[in-house]
Amino acid sequence: MSAINFHPSLQHRSHPLASPVAQRHLLAELPLARSFEDAVASTGHAPLRSQTPTVLQMNVGKRCNQVCRHCHVDAGPDRREVMTPEVIAACLRLLATGAIGVVDITGGAPELHPQFREIVREARALGCHVIDRCNLTITQLPDYQDLPEFLAEHEVEVVASLPAYSLKQTEAQRGNGVFDASITALRQLNALGYGQPESGLVLNLVTNPVGAFLPPNQRSLEATWKREMMRRHGIVFNHLYTITNMPISRFLEFLLESGNLEAYMEKLVNAFNPAAIAGLMCRYTLSVGWDGRLYDCDFNQMLEMALPQTIFEVTLADLGDRPIQVAAHCFGCTAGAGSSCGGATAA
Amino acid sequence: MDTYYQPQDLARFAEVGEDAPALWQAFMGWYGPVFAEGALTEREKALIALAVAHAVQCPYCIDAYTTTCLEKGADLEQMTEAIHVAAAIRGGATLVHGVQMRNTAQQISM
Repeated sequence: MSAINFHPSLQHRSHPLASPVAQRHLLAELPLARSFEDAVASTGHAPLRSQTPTVLQMNVGKRCNQVCRHCHVDAGPDRREVMTPEVIAACLRLLATGAIGVVDITGGAPELHPQFREIVREARALGCHVIDRCNLTITQLPDYQDLPEFLAEHEVEVVASLPAYSLKQTEAQRGNGVFDASITALRQLNALGYGQPESGLVLNLVTNPVGAFLPPNQRSLEATWKREMMRRHGIVFNHLYTITNMPISRFLEFLLESGNLEAYMEKLVNAFNPAAIAGLMCRYTLSVGWDGRLYDCDFNQMLEMALPQTIFEVTLADLGDRPIQVAAHCFGCTAGAGSSCGGATAA
Repeated sequence: MDTYYQPQDLARFAEVGEDAPALWQAFMGWYGPVFAEGALTEREKALIALAVAHAVQCPYCIDAYTTTCLEKGADLEQMTEAIHVAAAIRGGATLVHGVQMRNTAQQISM
């Protein structure tokens, strides 16, 4: 399939929101009832500080075969940023210390990176649990059809994004042709044992709301999804993660152009849930960008809110109990049941 | 343009309790549990509310429960079917009153 859909990336269109500075400025100017710092302070957690990281999230680049409307990375086929071999080597050196047990590989479509398989092999050899954030359709491209077998061979956890179990909603967010290719990919993964009981091959699905509203209750929705994915498509999977759309990059563009920005931000602020603070992913994740800069999370990475150190000089001693950089977009991770790369964070 | 319905009034709903706080609290104390998970899921209750909102033609309720349905994980296919249920009941209710019409007509006809 060729899944180039909708318009090109913000960067390709020279859109003002392609600039992280412009995004930060726009969000900072919104008339919110309170700042994220004040909201956190009201819970007694201020200033927000990290624990020693247990997850290294490697964003290996912005190249993607899809151009999803909600993409916080502004990824697409027209993006050229890819993680350099030097950064990959530095990440592997950090992993070799044995202190970080989970490697979460994301992008763009991370599998498009020429060293993707090398990263997986090396990280597995170091004893790490490896997660591949897969858009599913990548497995249908000519050069990537053996990818499911590779992932299964190396026992990589697949976290696959699919907005809905129906075609219409999925393609509203991800583009024409994405749904059928995604279902085909999921069936291939199932055939290899992914999502099957006792196989040890974990297949988790991620759903984002298709619009300016909060995600449903994860536990309730997972039961519905499991029933419907089996009934409609004969597909099984382990867990469903619900993730709140973050008001940055292309979702920010959608909010702005559809006239939903202020109402959406008001919704996030009003839905602030103190119980979501403890599970915030920024507290245990180290996010590394394609160029070696470090961040508290992938969202801060896209807004270029970097840590002082880079992957080349950082030590674990630098990372524990560090202040986390926050701004208005952080309300996306604390609204309702909370949101992280692993789904809801609060009951 | 003046209109009886103002979308921004939905957010002012609580104002109707200002001069009857005990009654408002009683209403809200009941309203919340009505929509909590029980024998029916929150999603099913939201779909029922959406259908009823159309039956009683409350634009505020339609706005509120369209959003709620989406946030509870319902999709447009389910929401549209729920509205058809409301429409079928309204249509059926009109038609079944046709028996009353027929009874009356028979009573006064030769």
